[in-house]
Amino acid sequence: MLTIKQFASIPAGTDLTALYRARVGDYPKFFKMDTACKLGFLLAEELADEPRFTPREDRAVLMFSTHGCLCNDRHYEETVQDFPSPSLFVYTLPNIITGEIAIRNKYAGETSAYVLERFDPAVFAGLVEQAFQDVVTASALCGWVDCRADDDYTAFAFLVERDGDGKAFNTENIYGILDQ
Amino acid sequence: MKKVICMGESILSPLGETVTENFEAVLRGESALQLHAGTFGVKEPFVGSLMDRARWQVSGLSFFDSIVVEAARRAVEATGIDPASPRTAFVLSSIKGNIEHIGTQDVTLAASARKLVDAFGNPNPPVVVSNACISGLAALLQGRRMLLGGGLDHVVVVGAEVQSRFIVTGFQSLKALSEAPCKPFDAHRDGLNLGEAAAAVVLGFGEEGWELVDGAVRNDANHISGPSRTGEGSYKALRYVLRHIAPEELAFVNVHGTSTLYNDEMESIAIDRAGLIDVPVNALKGYFGHTMGAAGILESILSMRAVDAGIVLPTRGFTELGVSRPVKVSAEAGVTDRKAFVKLLSGFGGVNGALLFRKGGPTC
Repeated sequence: MLTIKQFASIPAGTDLTALYRARVGDYPKFFKMDTACKLGFLLAEELADEPRFTPREDRAVLMFSTHGCLCNDRHYEETVQDFPSPSLFVYTLPNIITGEIAIRNKYAGETSAYVLERFDPAVFAGLVEQAFQDVVTASALCGWVDCRADDDYTAFAFLVERDGDGKAFNTENIYGILDQ
Repeated sequence: MKKVICMGESILSPLGETVTENFEAVLRGESALQLHAGTFGVKEPFVGSLMDRARWQVSGLSFFDSIVVEAARRAVEATGIDPASPRTAFVLSSIKGNIEHIGTQDVTLAASARKLVDAFGNPNPPVVVSNACISGLAALLQGRRMLLGGGLDHVVVVGAEVQSRFIVTGFQSLKALSEAPCKPFDAHRDGLNLGEAAAAVVLGFGEEGWELVDGAVRNDANHISGPSRTGEGSYKALRYVLRHIAPEELAFVNVHGTSTLYNDEMESIAIDRAGLIDVPVNALKGYFGHTMGAAGILESILSMRAVDAGIVLPTRGFTELGVSRPVKVSAEAGVTDRKAFVKLLSGFGGVNGALLFRKGGPTC
C-alpha cells in the first residue's frame, strides 16, 4: 500500500523569490527557471528528506498539470519573430520540471510528466499507484503544478512511499489534506 | 502475470498511410526529408519530413487533432475493439500538440485529449504523457501499466507531432538541426531533422503476438538539455528491461539515434555498459526525421514489423561509425531469426526510456 510521508503546497500569490531566499538561497539556477519549474523546485525542497543530494534510483518524480508549460510557451512565442530564445525554448517541455527536480536532488529514478483535464484525486492516485509497478521505485515525489499564468497557479505535492507509517495515499486522504 | 500485447497498429506519415506502406517505403530506402525554405514562416531553411495537410485535415479539427483521431481510428478498426467501452481507455503522447495555434485557441494537450476521446464516445478521463522525446515510449509503458492496474480490457495509445514555427525556431536556436538529411551514429553527423507523423497501438491482454514485456524510465539527474556523458539514465533503463532477457535473444536495439553529436555518443556508451555491444543497432530518423511524440510508437511498430519479416532495418544516413564504442550499427538490411527487440529513447529533461518487446512463444 502507498502511504503519504509528507505534503507541501504553495499558495497562489506567493513571492517565489522570497520563498527561495528564505528556504534555499544557494542554487542560482533557480533564476533561469520558468514559473512552473520554480514551483516544482520549491515543492521538492520542502519535501526533501535526509540524506540529501545522494544519488538514488528508487525515488520517482511524477508531475501532473492541465496547462503543462503553456505559461512559458507564451513567453517563448513572443521571442520567435525576432530572436528565438534558446534559454526560454528549453522550458517549453512539460517534463522539464521533473528534470530540474531530478538534477537538484540527484533523483535518478523514473521522471514522468502527465497532462490531465482537471485535478481528480482518484485519477491522480491511480496513475501514481501504477507508476509503482516499476519495482525499483520505492517512493515518489508526485505533484500537481498547474501554471495558468505567472501569477495564477495551483501547486502542491506529496511524498509517497511504499508501506510507510503515514496515512494511505487514497482519494479520501488526498481530499482531507487538500481541504485543510 | 497476464501478458500485455499489441493488438493493432497504425502509422500516418509522409511515407505512407498504413503500417505496410511505411514499412515497405523504409525497405526501399525512401525518406521524405527535404529542404524547406519559408515553410511556417521560418526565416532559415530547414530539412524536415512534413505531412500533406490537405490530405488529413478534418473540418472542425486542427491538423494535429485530425491525425491523432485518424491514427487512433485506424488502429481501433484493425482490432475490432469497442472504443466507447468503459473498459477501454485512451493515452495520448505528444510534446507540443497544437502549439502552432498558440494565442488563437486552447492549445493544451488536455484539450486535444478531450477531442480524441469525444471522437470515440469514450467515457474515461484521457491521460496525456508528455515526457519530451521519450513520450511515445512512455505512453506505451503507461498503457501497459493501466491494463495491469485493473479495470480495463484495452488501451489505445496514440502519439503524434506536427511541426511549426514554434518548434523549428526552437531547435534552430539550440543549433540542434542539421542542414542535410541526418546521419545517425555516423562520423559526419551534425544534428537532427524534425518530422511529422501519427501512430497508434491498441494494447490488450493475450498470449499470442507481440508482448510489451516491460519498460522503464530513468533520469540522468545531470542536465536539462544535454545527455549524461556516461549514459547513466539510458543504461539504467536498459538494465531494468534486460532482467527479462539475454542479449543473445535480441534481434536489435532500435535506438533514438537523433544524429546529434551528444545523443548518439551517449547511447553508444549506454549500450556498451548494458552488455549489448554485440547486438545489432539501428535508427529510423533518416526516414522520418525526429517525430517527437510519435517517435516511440512509430519506431516500435516498424521494429515489430521488421522482426516479423526476419529483418534488421538499415540505418538510413549511416556510413561510417562515429561514436566511441564499437556498436554494431546496421548500415544495410540484415537478417535475424530472433524474436525480441529493445526500443530506446532519450530526451530533454534528462529523461531516458527503454521498452522490451517479444513475439509470442513460451515465456522464460
